[in-house]
Amino acid sequence: MEEATTPFEPSAAATEVGAAGTDAHAEAAATAHAPHGHHGPPTGFIRKYIFSIDHKVIGIQYLLLAIFAAFVGMFMSVLMRLNLTWPGHKWTILETIFPLGAPGGVMTPEFYLSLVTMHGTMMVFFVLTTAPQGGFGNYFLPIQVGAEDMAFPVLNMLSFWVTLIGLLVLISAIFVEGSTIVGNTDFVNNFLGGGGTGTLGPIGGWTGYPPLSALGKVAGPGQGAGATLWITSIAIFCIASLLGALNFITTLLNMRTRGMSLMRMPLTCWSWFTTAILALLAFPVLLAAGVLLLLDRHAGTSFFIPGGLVFNDVVQAHKGGSPILWQHLFWFFGHPEVYIAILPGMGATSHILSTFARKPVFGYRAMVFAMFAIGLLGFFVWGHHMFISGMDPRTSIAFSVLTLSIGVPSAIKTFNWLGTLWGAKIRFTVPMMFAIGFVSLFVAGGITGLVLGQTSLDLFIHDGYFVLAHFHLVMGVAAIFGMFAGVYFWFPKMFGRMMSERLGQLHFWPTFIGVYCIFVPMHIMGIVGMPRRYASFQEYDFLRPLDPLVLLVTIAAIVTAAAQFIFLFNFIWSIFKGKRASGNPWEATTLEWVTPTTPPPHDNFGGHLPTVYRGPYEFAVPDAPEDYVMQTTPDAGEGNVAAAAGQGIGQGVQGSSGNGHNGQH
Amino acid sequence: MGRALGVLIWLLTIGSVWLFVNGRWWLPPYISEHGPAYDRQFMITIIVVGLSFAAAQIGLGWAVWRYGSRGDRGERAVYSHGNNRLEIIWTAVTALIFITLGLMGQRVWAQLHLNEAPAGSTKVHVVAQQFQWNFHYPGADKNFGRTNPNLVKDAELNFVGLDEQDANAKDDQVVTTLAVPVGRPVELTLESKDVTHDLFVPELRYKQDVVPGMAIKMHFTLTKEGRFELACAELCGQLHYKMKSYLIALPANVYDELVALPQAQFQGRITQLIKEYPLGIKQGAATTTAALR
Repeated sequence: MEEATTPFEPSAAATEVGAAGTDAHAEAAATAHAPHGHHGPPTGFIRKYIFSIDHKVIGIQYLLLAIFAAFVGMFMSVLMRLNLTWPGHKWTILETIFPLGAPGGVMTPEFYLSLVTMHGTMMVFFVLTTAPQGGFGNYFLPIQVGAEDMAFPVLNMLSFWVTLIGLLVLISAIFVEGSTIVGNTDFVNNFLGGGGTGTLGPIGGWTGYPPLSALGKVAGPGQGAGATLWITSIAIFCIASLLGALNFITTLLNMRTRGMSLMRMPLTCWSWFTTAILALLAFPVLLAAGVLLLLDRHAGTSFFIPGGLVFNDVVQAHKGGSPILWQHLFWFFGHPEVYIAILPGMGATSHILSTFARKPVFGYRAMVFAMFAIGLLGFFVWGHHMFISGMDPRTSIAFSVLTLSIGVPSAIKTFNWLGTLWGAKIRFTVPMMFAIGFVSLFVAGGITGLVLGQTSLDLFIHDGYFVLAHFHLVMGVAAIFGMFAGVYFWFPKMFGRMMSERLGQLHFWPTFIGVYCIFVPMHIMGIVGMPRRYASFQEYDFLRPLDPLVLLVTIAAIVTAAAQFIFLFNFIWSIFKGKRASGNPWEATTLEWVTPTTPPPHDNFGGHLPTVYRGPYEFAVPDAPEDYVMQTTPDAGEGNVAAAAGQGIGQGVQGSSGNGHNGQH
Repeated sequence: MGRALGVLIWLLTIGSVWLFVNGRWWLPPYISEHGPAYDRQFMITIIVVGLSFAAAQIGLGWAVWRYGSRGDRGERAVYSHGNNRLEIIWTAVTALIFITLGLMGQRVWAQLHLNEAPAGSTKVHVVAQQFQWNFHYPGADKNFGRTNPNLVKDAELNFVGLDEQDANAKDDQVVTTLAVPVGRPVELTLESKDVTHDLFVPELRYKQDVVPGMAIKMHFTLTKEGRFELACAELCGQLHYKMKSYLIALPANVYDELVALPQAQFQGRITQLIKEYPLGIKQGAATTTAALR
């Protein structure tokens, strides 16, 4: 570590109690890296909980936003299943809620397609991108690397509020399209392209392929104001994610505490770091694509619209654009996005598996390299979404072989997770159950990439239920299991109370069985040939044999959705009534478990940044007094690590080693 | 708890595998020359995928079953940070399997996409629109008449904007059913009037996007007679799920007679053929089961 130059932050060093002089010196060096300086704890309610610049509050805000979006998205998926399973059935209550979308209680096909679109957008952007990174990453990255806050706290606050605006704009699409009153106002008609078509927004799918998405009302219902707001929402979201990514990368590179070398970081930090790099490179491309699409819709440009299009015998004025260009731009973002959703889940799973296996992560280095390999390769495989799009078929072959090779680092991760469990002493806590579930689902969902990645096989299974099953399992459900594992694991630190173990188990079992029953049969539907994004399967004879599976999936979906309310109840109830948590209830080793209070104080470590002496997963160390050694516990052999870095041994913050009475076994 | 979870993982694995092997649901029978190669590659891949899936889940279930804590404070797990030799072995083995599979998976694709349609292929133009398929046949002269988007008049049934002034257009036919000959290479040229669609016939083992602004060619040879459902597989708007047509695979002589008919009789004959051919492979014309089942 370099010398301190201008330790402009006296308060942290001043509050330090009982530290050796060398320690204070290094302490100053660590805080000098913090470009924002120290900010004292806010006092008013608004500064503390609403417009907070504390990464922990922002993390919780992100998490709550994602939970809200997840329940909305889940509600939409249940509606879709109802429509597919009982087509034409009159759901009286639906007419009350959506008088335009379900006249007489029967969902219209355009209403169904808007559910498809909004479910996808809501889940991909506001759940899968938001909770694992914005939520847990925000809260725990600074703490796990031993920093007082993010590098740019105000920017951090901005990222959250911009994300929230994005969500509100997306939700407003529901109102301009779903209500004739809002949909027919002058503003909507003149500036947004007209609404009130009885949908919940656009009907072009979350991928929004032009020209369907680019032409406005002429292309059919749901392509007016709803589509404009939908694209705007995504563009806003891109900006928020960019701001967040900058902050994550800077914090991780510049603000690690003494002794926290890169290879001593928890795998969670590696996953948030890799994810932030992906977001930094992928979101600008989507942002640009979104702006071009808005220009096509409202400024008369033709980036994505070719000449000679005819709707109702009228030739459109556009010419010279390419629909495939959008697909390239979209999937250049879209494929890395898959890893943006899943990598933090991988990080959390590695972290939690090791903790409850009471065993070091197997192949830590291989895990880091595999994660980076996945991130890097993830930028060169976007064309596998486009094999049959009409692009050059030779290009498809290159994309295909690269796609299959991305399975290798994914397999390495799986092997290492199994290696971590081998010879373990597993404590089956709720977070551990979900982490094990993650591994199972990641394998089940990921492995079928070997089928979809082949150009030849894509000739039949593209755009069908096979791919639907594949990506829901891997980037949807596995990623959400990673989040559940994270919530149950970190809840005691975030809220100072334990979640109910019993309710947690009650949540896990039906959810784990349920998602298998929902998504494995969908592969079979795809093999029979069922196309995705169909509002009804009644038109085709070849789909008739699948009726029993369609029913099975729907029942499983309803049961699984119902089980999520157990989680919601447990989450809210435990915030207020859960058993008080000790500082380190899981007997874990990393820095979030050494904070002086739980939840951590405003500056995380009470003005005394910890010193790190070892890697993150030192469980079952022979001859150690306990079966875990905190990262902050100095070596018995004195001075080998920190002394080598020229600092001498400081007094590491001792882990408030819990005594294991909180819910293991 | 651990044992229960281990057993559950095994049960879910067995259930998942059962869905794939019970024989009730599978690929529809193929009708094209590349069908057997497709099905073989599909089967090989599913076997590799199935074995990998089962092995990983059985291993996971076993670890969960075997390595549960007994709640004893003094117990210790194995202290190990990994094993480089194992890492190298499993990386090399998976790389070998995955890349081999990936290379094998290019064969059918290359055969269909990197070769031009053979000379003398039967040609049909496909013009997709929201939510209808139009099939444009060149007629007896085998030359397609000129089309122009400004001449499109759906109400007058000129869906493709055929220019009646063009001599080549005089004998052209446009219908909403795709009839093609068996045993002869067929080349379709796909165009869209409005948004992106996708031509999909499950038995054909072929999907191809129909992209506005492009004329995409696809070619194949059919081996079985019959009538098959033709669907749109790319979201094209409100009634996407209803954008349906039929592929009728006819003996070559029947096909030749059909396309020689004057416009006035063409549609009538197609309607008649739809009645003559019940859905599926025509009974007695050829064997139907996939070789690899």
